[in-house]
Amino acid sequence: MRNTNTLGRGLLLLVIGGVLGYGIGLGIDLLVSGTLNFSGSVASAFGLLLAVTAFFFGLYGYRGITRGLVWQVVGTLLGGFFVTGIRALVGSPTIFGAFFFSEPAWVFGALVGVVSFIFGVGVVDDWMKWARGIDTPEHHEDEPGWGKYFGVSLDHKVIGIQYTVTALALIAIGGTFALIFRTELAASQLQFLTTTFKLFNQTGPQIFNTLMSLHGIMMIISILLGISGIMNYVVPMIVGAHDMAFPRMNAFAYWVAVPASVLLLMSLVLGGFDTGWTGYPPLSARAPVGMQMFFLGVFTAGWSSILGSLNVIATVVRMRAKGMSAMRLPIFVWASIATSIIALTATQLIGLSFQLVMFQRLFGMGFFDAAKGGNPVLFQHLFWFYSHPAVYVFVLPGLGVISELLPVFVRKPLFGYRWVAMSSLAIALVGFTVWAHHMFTSGMNEYLRVPFMYSTLLVAVPTGVKFFSWVATLWGGKIETPTPMLFVLGAILVFLMGGLTGPPNATVSTDLHLHDTYFIVGHFHDTIFGGFVFPFFAALYYWFPKATGRRMNEFWGKVHFWMMTPSFFVLTLGMMRVGLLGMRRRIVDYDPALGLDASHLIMTIAAFLIGLSVLIFFINLFYSMKHGEKAEGNLWNSRSPEWQVPSSMYVHNYKVPFEVVGEPYDYGLPGSKYVEFMSEKKH
Amino acid sequence: MRHYVTVGILVIVMTVLTYIGLNSAGLMPLAASAQAGPIDRLWNLEMITISFLFSLIVVPMVYSLVVFRRRKGDTTDAEHVEGNTRLEITWTVLPLFLVMIFAYLGSANLAETRRVDPEAMIVKVTGIQWSWKFEYPADPATGLTVVSDELHIPVGKQVLLRMTSMDVIHSFWVPEFRVKQDLVPGRITELRITPTVEGDYKVRCAELCGTSHAYMEKPVIVTSEADFTAWMMEQLALAEELAATPEGAGQLLVSANGCAACHSINGAPGIGPTWFGLFGSEVELSDGTTVVADEAYLAESIRAPQVKIVAGFETQLMPTYGFTDEQIANIVAYIKTLR
Repeated sequence: MRNTNTLGRGLLLLVIGGVLGYGIGLGIDLLVSGTLNFSGSVASAFGLLLAVTAFFFGLYGYRGITRGLVWQVVGTLLGGFFVTGIRALVGSPTIFGAFFFSEPAWVFGALVGVVSFIFGVGVVDDWMKWARGIDTPEHHEDEPGWGKYFGVSLDHKVIGIQYTVTALALIAIGGTFALIFRTELAASQLQFLTTTFKLFNQTGPQIFNTLMSLHGIMMIISILLGISGIMNYVVPMIVGAHDMAFPRMNAFAYWVAVPASVLLLMSLVLGGFDTGWTGYPPLSARAPVGMQMFFLGVFTAGWSSILGSLNVIATVVRMRAKGMSAMRLPIFVWASIATSIIALTATQLIGLSFQLVMFQRLFGMGFFDAAKGGNPVLFQHLFWFYSHPAVYVFVLPGLGVISELLPVFVRKPLFGYRWVAMSSLAIALVGFTVWAHHMFTSGMNEYLRVPFMYSTLLVAVPTGVKFFSWVATLWGGKIETPTPMLFVLGAILVFLMGGLTGPPNATVSTDLHLHDTYFIVGHFHDTIFGGFVFPFFAALYYWFPKATGRRMNEFWGKVHFWMMTPSFFVLTLGMMRVGLLGMRRRIVDYDPALGLDASHLIMTIAAFLIGLSVLIFFINLFYSMKHGEKAEGNLWNSRSPEWQVPSSMYVHNYKVPFEVVGEPYDYGLPGSKYVEFMSEKKH
Repeated sequence: MRHYVTVGILVIVMTVLTYIGLNSAGLMPLAASAQAGPIDRLWNLEMITISFLFSLIVVPMVYSLVVFRRRKGDTTDAEHVEGNTRLEITWTVLPLFLVMIFAYLGSANLAETRRVDPEAMIVKVTGIQWSWKFEYPADPATGLTVVSDELHIPVGKQVLLRMTSMDVIHSFWVPEFRVKQDLVPGRITELRITPTVEGDYKVRCAELCGTSHAYMEKPVIVTSEADFTAWMMEQLALAEELAATPEGAGQLLVSANGCAACHSINGAPGIGPTWFGLFGSEVELSDGTTVVADEAYLAESIRAPQVKIVAGFETQLMPTYGFTDEQIANIVAYIKTLR
C-alpha cells in the first residue's frame, strides 16, 4: 500500500515538475531571446530535469538520487553562469549561445554538474571522511525494503539490481526512440518528421538523426550497465565472496553512470547531434552543442566501465572460495574476466578520441581538421580501437550466460569446459587486432586492409568453438525448456545469424558493397541481440527468484519469447535484404524507386511486436516482484552454490562459507557435488 | 549411430534448401560493373558456406530439442559426457583452415576489383553537403572543362574517380557497381569503376553527412561511347553559351556546387532560405533586425555565411565556399534573375 502511495505521489510531482520547469524555461527563453518558443530547448531542458527530479522527490524524499539530481541541476547552472560571467567580463562578443548558455559554458556546467551529482548522492562521503581523518564503519546497514535501491548502498547485490534496473530504463528509452524513427521509415517520403516539424529547435530530419544517434548510444550504455548488473549480482555470489573487492568503488562506478545518462538525454534538447553514435569528425566538429553533451556523457560513463571491470577482476583473483581453481571456476566467471580485461584496457581510447574532438571544438585544436594539418581518419582508428573490442565486452558475458545455463537445463556437463573458457579469452585477445575492419572504405592505407581481413576472420575460430560446444552439450541431453532455457536457445540461434553474416563484412571486396548499409545494421543487431539481449533476458528470468524469492510468470515469459523471436528474425533478415538492395544506414528517407516500401512496412510491424513483447516482460517483472509464485529453493535444480541456500540471499551472501569439492557442471555423475558448505563437513 | 546418420543427411538437405532459399530471395541488385563480377562470385561462395554452417549448427540443435527432449515424468539427469579433446581440436583446426582460405580468396578477389587500366578516364569528384560535383577531363580543343552534378560515363571503359570532400566525410556508392569509397576532406581517395551495362543509376552517399544525408543522391548515367561524347559536346556548348553572361556563369556555379540542396529556386522551403524573389526583399535576421537583400548583403552572406543569420535558420549554418569575387558577383547576378 505504501508503495502505491509513494509511486502516485512521484508521478503527480513528475507532472507538476515538468509543467513548472517548462514554464520557467519558457520564461528564461522569453527574457533572453524575446520570443515565446514552445518547442524550444531551454523550456524542454528545464521541464525534463525538473520532472525527473520531482518524480524521485515524490518517491523517495530529498536524499540519495534526488539530492544527486538537484545538485547536478544546481551545479550545471553554477558552472554555466561561471563561464558566462567570465565571458561577460572579458567582453566576449557572444555571451549567450543558441541554447541559452554558450557552448563552453554548457560543457563546463555539465562537468560541474556531474561532479556535483557524485557529491550530492553521497557516494564519496566515506572517502571524504577518511581524507579528514574520520573513521567510518566497514559496512553500512541498508534500510529495509525498496528504499535502499534509490540511495548509495555498498552491497553488491543492491548495486547489481541498481545497474540492472537502470539498464532496463535505458533500454526502454532507447527502444522507444527506435520505434519513433522506425515509424518514420515505414514508407518512403517523410511521414511526420518533415522539414516543417519542429521539436527542441530541430526539424524533422534533424530530430531523426538525433534519435537515431541516441538510440545507438543509449542502447550501448544500457548494455554496459546491463552486463555490469549481472556481473555485480552474480560473480561474487558464485565465487563465494561476501561482496566485491572494493565496495565503495563499486558504488561509485554505478552512480557515475547516472549523471552520464542525464547528459545523454540532455543532448536531445540541446540541439541534438547528427553524427550517429560514432561521432566522426569533421561532422561532429560542426554539430550543435548536444554533441558535447554526448561526448561528455560517454566520457563519464566510461569511468563506470573501467572501475567496474577492475573490481570484477580483483574480486575473482582475490576472493574465490577455497578449492575454486582456475578450471573449476563457473564458466560465467571466465566470460566476466575476459570482458573485464577489454573494458579495463580499451575504454580509455574512446574517452580519448571524444575528448580530442571536444578540445577541437572548444579550443580550436585541429586534431582532426584537415585545414589545420589534422587527420580525420586518425579519429576512426582511435575510436574503433575501443569500439570494436567493445562489441566483445557486450557479448562475452551473454555467451557466458548461455554456457552457464545450458548444462542446468540439459542435465549434462558443459561440453569441453576448458575450450569454452579459453575461447572467451581468445576472442578478447584477437578482438584487439581487428579494429580497422570498420574502415575498409575510409581511405586509410589500402594494403593495411588485407592483414585486418586475416585477423578479423580469425575471430570466427574461437566463436565456432563455442557454437560446436553448445551443440555438443545439447546432444543427448534431457532437455527442459522453461523460459530461461528458451531465451538461451533463442540466443544461440540469433547469435548464429549474427556470426554467420560477419565474414562477408570481413572479406574486403564484399564489404565494399555491404559497408554502411542496412546489411550491417541487421548483422550487428543479430550479434547484439544474440550476444546480449536474449542472454540478458535469460539471466533475468533465471536469477529473478534468487533476488526476490519469487519466480516470474512462466506463461507470460513464453509469450514474451514467442512474440519477440520470430519478429526479431523478420526485422533483421529484412534489414539485411534491403541493405543489399541499396538501403544505406542512417537515412531518414529512401528512394521510392528502390522498391523497398513493403519490406520496410513489414519491418516496422515486426519492430512494434518486439516492443510489445518487451512491454509484456516489464509488466511480468513488476507484477512478479510482489505477486509471483514463491520460489525460495533450488528452483532450477542447479549445482551452483547460490542455489544451495534459500532465496533471497543474506547481505553477505553465505552464512557459512563453502568449499569447492568437484567440477561445476558434473550433471549426471551420481554422488558428485560442486560445493560443500563448511557446516556440512563437520557432521 | 542412427542419430548421426539422420543428422548428417538432414544437414545436407538443409544446406541445399537454405542455399536455394537465399538464391531465390533476390538479394543483390543488378551487377553493372566489371568490379561487381568478382565481388558477386565471392559473395556466392560465402552464401554456400553460410548455408552449410547454418545447417551444421541448427539441424543438430533442433534434432536434439525434438529427439532428446525430457519425457514426462523423467527426473533423472542425462548421460555424463564431459567433452572430447579430439573433437574440439577438429572443430578448431578445420575452421582455422577455412577462414585462412577465405582470407586468401578475399585478398585475390580484392586485387581483381582493383585492376588498373592505364587509359582510364579521370573524373574529379567533390562531395559537398549535400551534393556531388563531377569535373570531366578538359576538352583538348578549347581547354574548357565540363562540371556537372551528374556522372556520365561510357560503357566498357574504366573510369578513375579522384575524390575529395569540401566539408565532412561522404562516401561514393552506386549499389549496381558494388564498390564504395569514402571522400575525406584534405586528402584524395581513388576508386576505379568499369561500367558494363548501360542504364540510369544513382550515386548514394553512404557515410552519414548531416541533415540531408538521405537526399545526397545524383544520377549516374552509363551510355555508349558515342552518346557520351555527344553529351560532352552538348555540355561544352551549353557551358560556353552560359559562361558568356554573368547570370549564366552564376547558374553554372550554382548547379556544380549543389547550392540547390539547401536553397530552392521556386520558393519551396528548404534547409536554407529560398532564392525565389529573394533579391530586393526584406530579410529578418536572427538578432531581430532586418536588412534589404541587395548585392552587398548577398555577397557578404556567400562569403561569410555565419555573420548575418536569417531568422529560423540558426541551427544549420552554411559552410564557407572558396569563391572568388567574380564568381560571387556571378552567383548574385543569377539570384537576381529568380523572381
